[in-house]
Amino acid sequence: MTDLFSKFDPLIEMRANLLASGVEDPFGLVMERVISPTVAVCNGRETILLGTYNYMGMTFDPDVISAGKQALDDFGAGTTGSRVLNGTYAGHRAVEDALKDFYGMDHAMVFSTGYQANLGIISTVAGKGDYIVLDIDSHASIWDGCKMGDAEVVPFKHNDITAMEKRLKRIPEGAGKLVVLEGVYSMLGDIAPLKEMIAVARKYGAMVLVDEAHSMGFIGPNGRGVAEDQGVLDQVDFVIGTFSKSVGTVGGFCVSNHPKFEILRLVCRPYVFTASLPPSVVATASTSIRKLMHAGNKRAHLWENSRTLHKGLRDKGFQLGTEEPQSAIIAVIMPDLERGAAMWEALLHEGLYVNLARPPATPAGMTLLRCSLCAEHSAEQVQTIIGMFERAGKAVGII
Amino acid sequence: MDRAETAAKIAALIEPFNKKGVAITDASTFAGDLEFDSLTVMDFVAAIEDEFDIIISMNQQAEIENYGQLIDAVVKLQD
Repeated sequence: MTDLFSKFDPLIEMRANLLASGVEDPFGLVMERVISPTVAVCNGRETILLGTYNYMGMTFDPDVISAGKQALDDFGAGTTGSRVLNGTYAGHRAVEDALKDFYGMDHAMVFSTGYQANLGIISTVAGKGDYIVLDIDSHASIWDGCKMGDAEVVPFKHNDITAMEKRLKRIPEGAGKLVVLEGVYSMLGDIAPLKEMIAVARKYGAMVLVDEAHSMGFIGPNGRGVAEDQGVLDQVDFVIGTFSKSVGTVGGFCVSNHPKFEILRLVCRPYVFTASLPPSVVATASTSIRKLMHAGNKRAHLWENSRTLHKGLRDKGFQLGTEEPQSAIIAVIMPDLERGAAMWEALLHEGLYVNLARPPATPAGMTLLRCSLCAEHSAEQVQTIIGMFERAGKAVGII
Repeated sequence: MDRAETAAKIAALIEPFNKKGVAITDASTFAGDLEFDSLTVMDFVAAIEDEFDIIISMNQQAEIENYGQLIDAVVKLQD
């Protein structure tokens, strides 16, 4: 039968072949019970979680949970409305205030997801006739925002400052320019040379947007991200972030010092034409963000975990995405999808969950086992994890 | 630069990317005949942009399916 679904046939076949080899479905995992930020019962087994982006372990923080429960009692289960109609409650304002305090910026706008924050800001700021210059390894939400806004899209090679400059230089005089970068790239866990790149963007009069989804809470002196760490946060026009990683709930945001920023609330379609976040979610987010402002010890432990795991896996002979640990993501490079899926399953049987990342989400057609560490992983858990990798890697024949 | 001169330069530029040594005509498609994946496209486009000092945005790339269309686009972009 041929119909509109025929274009999915190659993927359907690839998936069928993978499952026919007897491997547990990597994209069908169910967490039956969640015990803590680092442990859950998955497919009937108690499992250490090493692929959740729950970097700061705020999901079970007692203050965060009690704020959410209180908001459920006081404001109900949902707003049933757009932010610009009946969907802005006291809690939405409060979480925007928490973000302004966290980043030390004048404006904050909260979206229902991080995906929508990129989609909305990029498509609204850069429209027809404008140019967007972006890293080729940008997240899907950035690409979709580019497409939706109808700007001219000009990608450059990952983290390549010269390639970026060449493209900026050739943009016709007078055209609007937006440079889109990420602090941490989530596939390999590497960071961007923001200091140099932002200086180049500024030289050509471009506005700069940086997605700091994978750095909030633990990179930079105040956890504001890679731009803060490299001393150039004041040169960034728009910081995009999410509540679904370090903050520990769901939602997205943009913070900015642009004097006209507030007009975006009326013209940004992914902000206007959707329901706002539930009161309990914004209450948990506010509490979590304010606690992240004073989380120095947790931050230090997270970095310790990242360094220990990176060194441990490398010493066992695994090939990793970065020479040194640059973030809380450690990407283990697999030789191909088949052995990657086998390794993923072997780890799951050991009692460890990691993300299996495969093309087209990954750069250069790589298959990756992506590990994201949590500040709540104990030092003992990290050693246990290294042992699990060693046994699974030997069983599958990767090391 | 006229079409013939542009075509000659592009012919030299595509050589290292034509790993299977496909005989290229104006009708050769990048995705089909040449089997270019997205990374190859990026590197090849960058080589052309640098040679002719132009930008071929992704919006423009979407309109270019075969080799002849690429030469036409590059001729036009140099104006």
